[in-house]
This record gives sequence, structure tokens and C-alpha cells, in this order.
Amino acid sequence: MSAATNVCIIGIGIHPFGRTDGLSGLDQGAYAVRAALADAGVTWGDVQFAYGGSDAAGNPDTMVDRLGLTGVQFINVKNGCATGGSALFSAQMAIRSGEFELGLAVGFDKHPRGAFNAMPAEYNLPEWYGAAGYMVTTQFFAAKIMRYMHLHGISRRTLGLVAQKAFANGVHAPHAWRREEVALDTILDAPMVSDPFTKYMFCSPGEGGVALLLASEKKARELGIRPIHLAAATMRTRPPGSFEVFAPSIEIGGGVNTATRLASAAAFDKAGIGPDEIYVAQLQDTEAGAEIMHMAENGFCADGDQEQWIAEGRTRIGGTLPVNTDGGCLACGEPIGASGLRQVYENVVQLRGAGGGRQIPGTPRTAYSHVYGAPGVSAVTILHT
Amino acid sequence: MPDAPLHLMGGRHRQSGRITFPHPGDGFDAVALPSRGTLWSYTVQRFRPKSPPYAGPEMFEPWALAYVELPGAVIVEARLVEVEFDAISIGMALELTKVALDPAASAPVWLPAFRPVAEDAQ
Repeated sequence: MSAATNVCIIGIGIHPFGRTDGLSGLDQGAYAVRAALADAGVTWGDVQFAYGGSDAAGNPDTMVDRLGLTGVQFINVKNGCATGGSALFSAQMAIRSGEFELGLAVGFDKHPRGAFNAMPAEYNLPEWYGAAGYMVTTQFFAAKIMRYMHLHGISRRTLGLVAQKAFANGVHAPHAWRREEVALDTILDAPMVSDPFTKYMFCSPGEGGVALLLASEKKARELGIRPIHLAAATMRTRPPGSFEVFAPSIEIGGGVNTATRLASAAAFDKAGIGPDEIYVAQLQDTEAGAEIMHMAENGFCADGDQEQWIAEGRTRIGGTLPVNTDGGCLACGEPIGASGLRQVYENVVQLRGAGGGRQIPGTPRTAYSHVYGAPGVSAVTILHT
Repeated sequence: MPDAPLHLMGGRHRQSGRITFPHPGDGFDAVALPSRGTLWSYTVQRFRPKSPPYAGPEMFEPWALAYVELPGAVIVEARLVEVEFDAISIGMALELTKVALDPAASAPVWLPAFRPVAEDAQ
């Protein structure tokens, strides 16, 4: 490939996650865009195109009201939990194709308090399934890890250690929602939400916005910016036999193949590197079990290795593969449209060495992000310096 | 007929032979699923799901949710009843029964459920 077709991230911006009363999701997105423009040292007028994603907080393109009526091409993306990842995938394609030199991927959301409230008809399911009380995402995550713990010898204490790490990392991330440490015993002894998970082991729907400015490598050099390269951005839907949210039945022998395995393999193939060459990873941690299972589904370890890895602290900031350095979804919450882009934001921070109290040691050269969600979608990115 | 044998109806895909539950309709043949199986995984629903869509009673009592492997057919999602939460274990033998969504209702909505197979029946 010629240098012109390489895609770089030249600016990042974030609106803090959590709850911001009085500020719409869209305004949090626009806030993030302004921050990204300032970070890159460019103006809204320099932006040639945008892909924007939100699940529940309005049409992203209407933020041109706030940012300026430049006539910019602005395409809305709505792709469930992969919304942010899909916006980023589309934006990098626009540059890789040679059509544009500088553009934006932005995601934001603002969800009501409490668990997500899905309706059966939205997922092609019969009404009785919802009446019975099965349209509850936490049930799926709990049943998936319960099976995994049984097969692969993962203890409940290990679930607690994942949550404990998330809150410890969140302390050092200014954009995190939960910024206080929680003791392991407090996590393990808290009220059970959906066995084996206590309330500290689940993330909450929340609010936030993230913007990433992308450019061709040539454009980045013209602007005098030291670029972070986007080596791969992939998105996949579920394969046969996978076990997903809202599943009235599963094929016998199922639950092994996942959208994540497909997206991960494709991303490593495109980047031309392997899991052992990744310095830091942000892995979807809707709950403590997801981070554990996703370590294996993304190829970083074999099923069952997590018990020892986590006991040894390998996924902590100073470990061999720090995971969810900003506290992930557990500490940041989950505004669907912004969540996948937050992971990439955090990876850019780490590759720049700008992580402050959560900065991983040494000189990280690669970073990996992975998002997963209903009804079986996954998006992965790999960055390098 | 309270003692009539219960069956769940699944659908067998005409091309691939793959069985799903519930019966999805077009392109699938209705098939009666085995009424005995083993526990594949489970959780306990500890909080009242949001209404709508949940139609259970306002007064919420936690209930167990199971995925049950029906041999040679499919793994199905259903309530798990007649077992203490801390006695549930993956692999336990289960048989089909039914449970009222609201036990206090005069004409209750019935849900598929599984219960442990009695020792002397195994």
C-alpha cells in the first residue's frame, strides 16, 4: 500500500462518562468533537466527512447546528453495541479509499437509569418471551459465564478481581464514572444481581461522548502531527451456533463460535501481527465475566488460563497485558454509541504515553480494542505507533 | 388433564436439520422435543424485570433460569423450579414441567419449566 492510503488518528476528544444532567447526549458528542479538533489543531471547516453513531440520543448529523453549517457530508450509523466501531470502520474506509483526507468518527449516548429495557418484537421474538421476564441482558451474561466457569475452572474470586481492577484503574481516568476503589470483599459480598454476579460486577447504562479525527498519513505529516496508525478496524456478526443475548435456544455444542472470534481473527490478519505482540487491550467488560471470556475469544490466552493470569496480576497496569486501563465499562458505564470509541480513545492515550496514573510502563507500540453486544455483533481495532 | 405428558414444540429446519425453540414457522417442521435433559447453565433472576414486557406479579420473588440440554435436539431456555438455589448444579438431570407466571392468578399463564428428576424415577 502507498503511504497515502494508511489511516491515522490525529485527534481525540471525550466528554466524561457517567451522568451529566442538563446536557443532551448530542451536546456531549459535540463537546467531544470540539475537544478532538483542539487536540489535532484543526478546525471544523477542515473536516471533510463524518460518521456519527448513537443508539438512543438522537440523530448525530444534527450536531452541525452546534459545530457549523459547513455543508459537510455527515452519515448516521446505528448498529447496536457496535455503533461506535461501525462509525470508525466506515470513517477509515473513506480515507483508505483515497476519497477523503480528513474526517470524523463520533459516538454518544444518554440512557435512562436502570437496566436496558428491550422489547421482544425488536429482536424477532414472541411476546411471551418478554412476558416471562427473559428480555433481560444480565441473564445472558450470567448464564454464559456460569457455563464458562464450570467448563474452565474460573472461580468467583477471579470475577471479583476483575471488578476490583476496573475500579482501581478508573481512579486515574478523568473520563471514568466510578472513580473510587472498591475492596474485593465488598465486591464479592455485595447483593447478588444475577448469579454469579453481584452489583459491582455489572456495568450500568450511562452517558458520554467520544470523537476521533482520522486522516491519511500524508495529511497527518503535513499537519506536523505524530500519527497513531489504525492498522485494522473490523466488524462481524454472529456465526452459526453462537450463544447470544435473548436466546430462547442454543444449538447443542454451541456457545464456542462467536462474532468476537471472527472480528478478532480478521483484525490480526489485517494488521499482520499476533496477540503476543499487543502491549495493551481494551476488552468489552459489560460485566466481570465478559472481560475474562473475551481474553480467550480475542486470542490472548487459552480458555481457563485466565484464573492464573488474573491471580498473577498480568492484566493490571504493570502486568504483561494490561486490560481495560481506564476501568472499562465497569468504571465508565456504557453509553452504547460512545463505548467502543472510548476504548480507542484510551488506546491513543496509552500509545502517546499520556495516561498519567494509569499509564502502562515502557513504550507501548500496539494497542487493541474490542466491543461486543446484542444481538451478536463485535468490532475490533488495532493501533500502532 | 393435569397428568397429560408435556412436550415443548421446536422447529426442525428443512434444509439443515437444525432444531430451534420455539418453532419459528415457515421453513421448519414442528417437532416434539425430549422432555428430559441436563442442566447446561443457569442463573438466578434477583430483581424484578421491567414492565413492559415483564408480566409477572408486582411482588417479586427471585426465580432460577435454566438452559437445558435436551439430548439429540437443542438447548432450551426455561424456568428451573422445585430446587433450592444453592443446590443447583450444571449437569443435573431435569424433566419438563410447568410453572405459573403469577401463582395467585385465577387463570394463570403457564410457562415451560424444568425440575430435578426424582431420585427413584431415574
